[in-house]
Amino acid sequence: MGGWSIALHGGAGDIPFSLPPERRKPREEGLRHCLQIGIEALKAQNPPLDVVELVVRELENIQHFNAGIGSVLTNSGTVEMEASIMDGNTMKCGAVSGLNTVMNPISLARQVMDKTPHIFLAFQGAQDFAKQQGVETVDSSHFITEENVERLKLAIEANRVQVDYSQYNYTQPVQDDAEKELPLANGDSQIGTVGCVAVDSHGNLASATSTGGLVNKMVGRIGDTPLIGAGTYANELCAVSATGKGEAIIRATVARDVAALMEFKGLSLKEAADCVVHERTPKGTVGLIAVSAAGEIAMPFNTTGMFRACATEDGYSEIAIWPTA
Amino acid sequence: MVGWAIAVHGGAGVDPNLPPQRQEEAKQLLTRVLNLGISALRSNASAIDVVELVVRELETDPLFNSGRGSALTEKGTVEMEASIMDGTKRRCGAVSGLTTVKNPISLARLVMDKSPHSYLAFAGAEDFARKQGVELVENDYFITPENVGMLKLAKEANTILFDYRVPISGYDTCGAEVESPIVMNGLPISVYAPETVGCVVVDREGRCAAATSTGGLMNKMTGRIGDSPLIGAGTYACEVCGVSCTGEGEAIIRGTLAREVAAVMEYKGLGLQEAVDFVINDRLDEGFAGLIAVSNSGEVAYGFNCNGMFRGCASEDGFMEVGIWE
Repeated sequence: MGGWSIALHGGAGDIPFSLPPERRKPREEGLRHCLQIGIEALKAQNPPLDVVELVVRELENIQHFNAGIGSVLTNSGTVEMEASIMDGNTMKCGAVSGLNTVMNPISLARQVMDKTPHIFLAFQGAQDFAKQQGVETVDSSHFITEENVERLKLAIEANRVQVDYSQYNYTQPVQDDAEKELPLANGDSQIGTVGCVAVDSHGNLASATSTGGLVNKMVGRIGDTPLIGAGTYANELCAVSATGKGEAIIRATVARDVAALMEFKGLSLKEAADCVVHERTPKGTVGLIAVSAAGEIAMPFNTTGMFRACATEDGYSEIAIWPTA
Repeated sequence: MVGWAIAVHGGAGVDPNLPPQRQEEAKQLLTRVLNLGISALRSNASAIDVVELVVRELETDPLFNSGRGSALTEKGTVEMEASIMDGTKRRCGAVSGLTTVKNPISLARLVMDKSPHSYLAFAGAEDFARKQGVELVENDYFITPENVGMLKLAKEANTILFDYRVPISGYDTCGAEVESPIVMNGLPISVYAPETVGCVVVDREGRCAAATSTGGLMNKMTGRIGDSPLIGAGTYACEVCGVSCTGEGEAIIRGTLAREVAAVMEYKGLGLQEAVDFVINDRLDEGFAGLIAVSNSGEVAYGFNCNGMFRGCASEDGFMEVGIWE
């Protein structure tokens, strides 16, 4: 058994190398801040389940990431947030979708896991539950930022589903979607979502993911983030949080597949994560963070970049956006 | 070219004291829809079309818990969900929180074919349905008197109920609860019957598809989403197989059950029946569930770890079977 390890992400996608400092620095700072919070919590022996929730709450509260405050907007200019959390030990999980007033979606997902016999609550039912539980709610305008209003305008003008970054970043159309031939389905840069995975020195694993979804998404669209096995997964072998193009992550059951490759093919964490990202999903669609029970970390992505950070008990830490190799 | 194969289910977890008449009705419905699927396959219909066709038929019939005859939420309303997956390119579509769409599985198909997304829910899904011009009805079209009765019982028991169409006159069999100590999702089996519906098909081209549809848990919280619309949990199809699950939704989600069958086939090289058995025996822990599956080589299989599963299967070589018990 290794010591504790933690990894977090702020979204994978077509992050241009020319990203101006005023867009890059606040995000790097956000990653640094949240990483530190996670490290402190692990050092204080908090269970990984609590740590991932805590870190994702922090990421939700930072307006520069597409989750909680700073969530991207639907095609009606509204916010619809979703999140999920999973405990590798018990395999218990919780998920929420369609939130627009709950301050911290990841915490509501946790409540669904802990306080209901269900796993997944959505839309009005989830909001009612939030009210019953007395979780913090605010007016939905609280989550909307100027940047995202602008992003939506651009997306509508282009009549495309754009994910993050107000520059047009057209990647090649994703092969799998070729038959749809709708502008919205083409492989636009897909970023946004935050997530955290952690393991303690006893091998307890947990994962949490949260997002506002895709810019200009249809109202009612649910992505991979609240889907156990797609955006989030944890068991006794590893914990995984994925980001990127939701539809691609769902059909590839990304998070579950990393664990399945480890279990059924005996691959290491790194091999399994690389296999899923580089061999089983189309280029330009996916990134993920993963930790294993032994404390290893993997953060592969097949997009231009992925906002990410990680640290291990033996002192290693990293904050990065683009490929480092 | 392979021989086609098809399987359907109407839910896992059946009261051993289920009245014979009810058993008969269930078997007749399963036979009827199986034959519908078989005719389509004989006319070279594709797997994805056949699973949709069969599930539509199951939704329209009020006998099982999907479409008309769906279980009721705590508010006495119906909220339906469904998902469909085409194994060829792993395209998928899913819907949740439907209240006016006559055939949820067809809306899921439209999400897959006509929207840029994979999953639409609640008001957004209903808007999409309206724009697509699918058949819409009032919510009470889906509500049956039996389910209204069951909801009352569930509330009295103050627990989540799966569904059970006990004829009102037959309810004086409270003795049945004592005689059947089987419990599913915390409830005595006599007041439990999940009856989600599903269909999996492999066509002559070796293409697999899967579809699942449900009204969910009786007395569920509004907004509760179960395993049926979740790709990888209740439904999954890829190049090697198609799978549809039924039973305790939370256990199916946790176990990513449908994906699991495919994963052990792909990554461990297990055959279809081996994979189904492995998943049912090893991946359910304390949960109760069942599933049906087909493989791209024309095999069909099913498994369940609870007391009974309404199912039917058939393959081109003439095999046909409809059953409820082991």
